[in-house]
Amino acid sequence: MFESFDAVLLARLQFAFTVSFHFIFPSFSIGLASYLAVLEGLWLWTGRQIYLDLFKYWLKIFALVFGMGVVSGIVMSYQFGTNWSVFSDKVGPVIGPLMAYEVLTAFFLEAGFLGVMLFGLNRVGRTLHFTATLAVAVGTFISAFWILAANSWMHTPTGYVISAGGQFVPADWLAVIFNPSFPYRLVHTVFAAYLTTALVVGAVGAWHLLHDRLNDGARVMFSMAMGMIAVVAPLQILAGDQQGLNTLEHQPVKVMAMEGHFKSYADGAPLILFGWPDQAAGVTRYAVEIPKASSLILKHALDAPLAGLESVDRTEWPPVAVVFWSFRVMVGLGFLILGLAAFGLLARLRKHLYDWPLLHRFALVMGPAGFVAVIAGWVTTEVGRQPYTVYGLLRTVDSVSRLDAPAVAVSLLAFVVVYFIVFGAGVFYILKLMGQPPHRGEAGPERGEPVRAAGLTAGPAMAQPGSGSRDREA
Amino acid sequence: MPFNIDLPTVFAFVIAFAIFAYVVMDGFDLGIGILFPVLPAGRERDSAMNSIAPVWDGNETWLVLGGGGLLAAFPLAYGMILSALYAPIIAMLLALIFRGVAFEFRWRAPGHRAIWDIAFNVGSVVAAFAQGITLGALLQGIAVQDRGYAGGWFDWLTPFSLLVGVSLVCGYALLGAAWLIMKSEGALQDRCYRLALRVGIATIVAMAAVSAWTPFLREAYWQRWFAWPQVLFTAQVPLLVVIVSATFLFGLRRRHHYTPFLMALALFALGLAGLGISLYPNVVPPSVSIWDAAAPDFSLAFMLPGVLVMVPIILAYTGYSYWVFRGKTGHEGYH
Ligand code: HDD
Ligand code: HEM
Ligand code: HEM
Repeated sequence: MFESFDAVLLARLQFAFTVSFHFIFPSFSIGLASYLAVLEGLWLWTGRQIYLDLFKYWLKIFALVFGMGVVSGIVMSYQFGTNWSVFSDKVGPVIGPLMAYEVLTAFFLEAGFLGVMLFGLNRVGRTLHFTATLAVAVGTFISAFWILAANSWMHTPTGYVISAGGQFVPADWLAVIFNPSFPYRLVHTVFAAYLTTALVVGAVGAWHLLHDRLNDGARVMFSMAMGMIAVVAPLQILAGDQQGLNTLEHQPVKVMAMEGHFKSYADGAPLILFGWPDQAAGVTRYAVEIPKASSLILKHALDAPLAGLESVDRTEWPPVAVVFWSFRVMVGLGFLILGLAAFGLLARLRKHLYDWPLLHRFALVMGPAGFVAVIAGWVTTEVGRQPYTVYGLLRTVDSVSRLDAPAVAVSLLAFVVVYFIVFGAGVFYILKLMGQPPHRGEAGPERGEPVRAAGLTAGPAMAQPGSGSRDREA
Repeated sequence: MPFNIDLPTVFAFVIAFAIFAYVVMDGFDLGIGILFPVLPAGRERDSAMNSIAPVWDGNETWLVLGGGGLLAAFPLAYGMILSALYAPIIAMLLALIFRGVAFEFRWRAPGHRAIWDIAFNVGSVVAAFAQGITLGALLQGIAVQDRGYAGGWFDWLTPFSLLVGVSLVCGYALLGAAWLIMKSEGALQDRCYRLALRVGIATIVAMAAVSAWTPFLREAYWQRWFAWPQVLFTAQVPLLVVIVSATFLFGLRRRHHYTPFLMALALFALGLAGLGISLYPNVVPPSVSIWDAAAPDFSLAFMLPGVLVMVPIILAYTGYSYWVFRGKTGHEGYH
């Protein structure tokens, strides 16, 4: 009995570790793919060399990020079977088809056009190349659509029946896909990806502006990133608020943990800003609170009653401290990002966007903030769902494969070692690329001996009507 | 259900197709990785790598379709197979990480290139070997009870599964060498003709050994291959293998460009046909059939239009991408 619990814990740790690592890459590549499409579109539209340079600058980084996203993602799609085989057996009929659609409509699209996007600019002509870039960008979005539908269904399952053998059998696919938490999660996660990317682009721009405020490439990327943040940061907070209300409706216990409410409040619950949730004792210690504010946010009324964790059985409690703190990390960063957005707007109004070192330093330190907020958000969501994998219906302990703790321990260790070595090296190479200032005539990701077409050596790019002079492309 | 077709059978073919597409397409990528140490560093390695850089990601996606499709269509089998083969699957995933990142990483720091070349090679060998072991262990049969895996952690480790592992490494190396014959010229191409001969013979011998061993694994396999009258049908498989092998050797001798690769593909297709004869209609031998393991019809019916519409589209744009990067890598002036 005890041993099986250990194996479950190790399997959870392994899943959490690999999925958190995986998600770091998509949250950057979803945003970056769109940014690249915008840059290439601007280049085609205006014909300005600078957009092409920036496109090639970020394309090299994209190639690395995307590659790491792919290899870490393949691990995910096999882990359901290795570590969660009972879950796969029971839930496979519902989430399996959603993930199959993800492969069919998204992964192939991304992968099929990635080669053309990375290496094809001089082979296929501008319009077709732009189409490939768009296909990759759209593919990342479709991928988010399906995987989040599957994930959201596990939080708010609808449209299914349970068979005699305990298998979840789909009954209404539209209800499965558009389950109650899905629209909120999709919006919030896609905004998160855009914010994360904008923060990174902004930080890179800021770094180079700190060294050379006349670098054109750095100026353009910094300005674009600050504009993006100014638009998305407030929208993200709004989306998060709406999602919280939705979660209150469908997963009230998770919200109790996020708020640190062990007690029930009959007339107005306080908003606990900070404190230490003590799960064993069932109280939040050292709480710093604003009276009645929680009821105001969640119920839009100061005196509205709110139930606390004491109203449900302890076996239904998620690990409260983790949920409580990860939620605060995300929200705290959300407001810091809003601060950066406001600072950027101010600088723009005063026409000091490119020569206000304090702003650039702020943007620089905020570079990784998106990643931290994204992981914190997912930890809130996923840990808050515990002790269930399918909320209210299938417990995590009942989902796991019949595993030996030592086998899982070894694989977990192997993942940790390999991920740190491989992705550590990848991050190092990315930082190296980012450390080089963007410049005129930027090289693309083609390298070594180029791939040459048979026969027709004249690049179709040059034959495109209106493609302009060759030097725009070089 | 408005369907009169047997959906589990349809999906058994869909997944077999995905696995075949994966094996031959990522097969030549992995094969190039396997052959990497015998290619001299510099021009030859760079052009070998460049010949697959634009397409490897799409090739590997067939593996995701095979795995994801298995989860969706045969969830029970997916869970059983993957937990029974825990160690080789994890090894394969880790190996695919190393070989996948090597494509980009080796260009990012000249000082580190040798390291990532080793990662590319070891990753490819381990991934191919682990896939072969997985196949061998599946053929051997998996102990199940109460909808779960009931064997031990090292049941997969047998002389037979190791033999299948070695065979697959040889087979992938053959695909890689034959692919490079089409995509290269000059010194690299000469080298690949010589390599293809060696790994080709090794593959044919290994295939023969695996085929000779399989009927002795289980009585059921023996029946399926040798019972009268289907032996008339099954006997065509070894016969075709002989013809294909002869054509392959002939093509190498005449220095044909395409014949070696096409014949290598044909060998793999015959291998898959043989596998199908042994296994069908079981998905987890000896006891779990595709009907036991299948998801409910409502799940399968939901996926069917997706498969029918999307797979042709995918094949079309994959073909387009191969077309864009057609021709020889590395040198100019091929006609
Ligand atoms: C399709 C399903 C699915 C999707 C899209 C995600 N998860 Fe999840 N997650 C699970 C399916 C799941 C699961 C299978 O249900 C787990 C495994 C163990 C568990 O308790 O739930 C889980 C657990 C789990 C845990 C551990 C919770 C605990 O055991 O206390 C974390 C931290 C995450 N996930 C994080 C993520 C992140 C960062 C994701 C974004 C990429 C993510 N999940 C997407
Ligand atoms: C546990 C859940 C998940 C699994 C099993 C999973 C699986 C995968 C796989 C197999 C790949 C590689 C595809 C390829 O070969 O191209 C991948 C990549 C990707 N995933 Fe995930 N994924 C998960 C979570 C997520 C989530 C939650 C999102 C988005 C919100 C996401 C978005 C993406 C995107 C955009 C890519 C392609 C871009 C990239 O690789 O960086 N994934 N995922
Ligand atoms: C102050 C602003 C924010 C609020 C109020 C907020 C609120 C929320 C809520 C309520 C959840 C859902 C937990 C659940 O019910 O399952 C969530 C999840 C999440 N948040 Fe935020 N959030 C904010 C800012 C951010 C920022 C800035 C990012 C990233 C840049 C982010 C990324 C995420 C992610 C990735 C998830 C998990 C996916 C999901 O369930 O949507 N959030 N957030």
